[in-house]
Amino acid sequence: MQKSALSRYIGLIPSSVMIGAFFVIPFVLILLTSVSTPTDDGGYATGFDLQHFERFLTWFYIERALFSAGLCALIAVLSLLIAYPFTYFLTTFPPRTQTFWLIYILAQLSLSEVLIAFSWQILLSRTAGVANILVWFGVIEKSFAMTPSAGAVVAALVYLTVPFSVLLLFPALSRLDKSLIEASRTLGASPLRTFFTVIIPVTRPAIISGGVTVFVLTLGAIIVPQVLGKPEHWTLSVLITDQAIFNFNMPFASALAVVLLVLSATVIWLVTKFSGKKA
Amino acid sequence: MPTTLSRRRFLGTAAATGAAALAAPAIVQAAQSLKVGTYGGFFEDSFKQFIFPEFTKATGIEVNSVAVPTGETWLVQIKNAARAKTAPADVSLMAGIPRSHGADQKVFKALDDSKIPNLSNMPDRFKDRYDDGTLYGVGAVSWYITLCTNSDEIPDAPDSWAALWDETYKDQIGLLGLASNSHMLEVTAATFFGGTDILDTKDGIQQVFDKLSELVPNVRLWYKDEGAFQQALQDGEIPMGQYYHDVAGLAAAEGFPVVSTFPKEGAVVDSGYWIVPEHAQPVDEIHEFINFISAAETQALLSRNVGTAPVVDPALTDLTEEELAAVSSPKAPIVPRYDIYKDHADWISDTWNQMIAG
Repeated sequence: MQKSALSRYIGLIPSSVMIGAFFVIPFVLILLTSVSTPTDDGGYATGFDLQHFERFLTWFYIERALFSAGLCALIAVLSLLIAYPFTYFLTTFPPRTQTFWLIYILAQLSLSEVLIAFSWQILLSRTAGVANILVWFGVIEKSFAMTPSAGAVVAALVYLTVPFSVLLLFPALSRLDKSLIEASRTLGASPLRTFFTVIIPVTRPAIISGGVTVFVLTLGAIIVPQVLGKPEHWTLSVLITDQAIFNFNMPFASALAVVLLVLSATVIWLVTKFSGKKA
Repeated sequence: MPTTLSRRRFLGTAAATGAAALAAPAIVQAAQSLKVGTYGGFFEDSFKQFIFPEFTKATGIEVNSVAVPTGETWLVQIKNAARAKTAPADVSLMAGIPRSHGADQKVFKALDDSKIPNLSNMPDRFKDRYDDGTLYGVGAVSWYITLCTNSDEIPDAPDSWAALWDETYKDQIGLLGLASNSHMLEVTAATFFGGTDILDTKDGIQQVFDKLSELVPNVRLWYKDEGAFQQALQDGEIPMGQYYHDVAGLAAAEGFPVVSTFPKEGAVVDSGYWIVPEHAQPVDEIHEFINFISAAETQALLSRNVGTAPVVDPALTDLTEEELAAVSSPKAPIVPRYDIYKDHADWISDTWNQMIAG
C-alpha cells in the first residue's frame, strides 16, 4: 500500500514541476509585479504598493470589469442556447454521422480568434458585407457597415465559442440514459416537457461546466472586442493589452490581470457552490 | 528595383572579400561590421535594399540588419542586455516616448559631436541631449500624420484639423486609438489654443481634453491597426481621418481615391532617432554610420525609396519640389510633446480611455 502511494507521488512529480514552472511561477511574478513600487527612473522594483489597485478602483475601470463579466455571461448563455439543442439532436444520429460532425466542429477550433475577428469584419463591412445581400433582396436601399458595434462583438464571440460548447456538452448528452426519456414519454409527458423536465436537469452539471468554461474563455478574448467593437465595448482584456504593450505599464497591467483572475475565480466559485448545493 | 548580382560582380566581391580577409588583422576585421536595428517589415527591407549597401560601398563597413520592435519592448531588451554588459544592436532606431524613458534611465551611450560632421545639416530638435549637453540621439527619419480624406466621398478636402469637429462628419472619422500615438492633444492645442504650450500644465491638458472630447461623436473608428483604417478610407466607408502621409501617398499612387492634406495648423511630425546602447563596442563605426545617414544625399535616398521626410534642411538635398512634396511640407509641423506622456502617463491614458469610451 505504502509503496503504491509513494509511486503515485513519484508519478505526480513531472506534471507538478511542469505546472509549477509554467503556471505557478508566472502567476507569482504577476502578483509581485502588481504590487511593485515605482522607481525614480520610470521603472518598477519589488516592493509592496497598492497604488495600481487603487487606480483600478475608479468607476471607469470597475464599470469595464462589470461590462466584461456581463458580456461574457451573455456570450455563455447564447452559446449554450445554440449548442445545446444541436448537440442533443446530434446524439440521436447514427455514430458515423456523429463522428463526422464532431470532427468538423473540432476543425473549427483550429480557427484563431484573429482569423475569426477579421473575417467577421469583412462579413459585416459596407462594401463586401452581408448588407449587400439585403440590398439585393430589396430589404434595404443602401449597404451599410455593421461594424464596429455591440452586435458584431456578440456575433463573433458566440461564433468563437459555440464549437467549445458543443464539445463540452457532447459527452454528457451522448451518455444520457435513453430509458429516462422513454419512461417520461410513457408516463405521458410531451417531448417538450420531457426535454425541459428530464433531459436538461439530468445534464445540468455539463451545462454549468460548459457555461463556466465559455465564460472564462471569453474573458480572455482581446481581438474580437477590439476589432469589431467601439471603445465602449472594449473588455478588461483589451485594456490590459493596452497597458502592457502600448503604455508599457506592467504593474498596472498586472494589477488588472489579477482583478480579471479574481473575477473569474469568483464566478467559478459561486457557480460551483450554487450548483453543488442543488445537485 | 531588384538588385541583381551578376556572376562577374559576385566573383569580384568574393575575391575582394577574400583578399581583405587575408590582408586585414583579425581585430580590424571584427570591427568592420555593424549591427543596425531598424523597425522590422517595410522599414528594414527598404534599409537593407537601398541604404545599407550604399553605406558599405562608401565605408567598407558591413551591416548586419536586426529587426527591432517599435515601442517600449525594444528599450526593455536593451536594458536587459545592459545588465549582462552587452548590446542587442550597435545602433538602432527609436522613437518618441521610449527614447525619452531610455534617456531618463541613461541607457544610451554618449555620442561625440565632432565625429558626426553632418550634424550641422539638421535642426536642434533632431539632436537629443542629456541635461549636461552630451549627445545621445540623432534624427534618422521623419514621417507625418496628416488629415486624409476619400475624394469620392469628400471631393473638397478640408484644409484644417478643425474639420474633425465639424458636425457634418458625424460617425465618419477614423483616429488613432491611443493618446500617445494619435497626438490628438497636440493637434487640438495647435488648432484651438494657438500651440502646444497650453499642454505645459495639467489644467491646460484638461482644457484641451474638454475641447477634444467634443469630436468623439464624429469618430467611427479609434484604430490601432493601420490596415483596418486604410481599408475603410480607401473604400470610403470611413471617409476622413488622421493617417500616415507616406502610406496614404502609396495608396493614392495605386489609384485609390485617397488624398493626404497638410492642414494649415501643420501636420504631426514624428521621427525615429538613432540611439546607441551603452555597451555597444564599435564606437568609430557607429559614428561613421550615423554621419552617413545624416548626409543630405542619404536623406534624399531615404525620401525617394522609403518615403520618409528628410531630417536635414531640405535645401541641402537634391530632392525636386515634387519629391519633397511627396514626403513633407514647408508648413511648420506640430511637434509631439513626448514629455507630457511621460510626466502624466497614467492620468492621460485614463482620461483618454474614458473619453473615447464616451
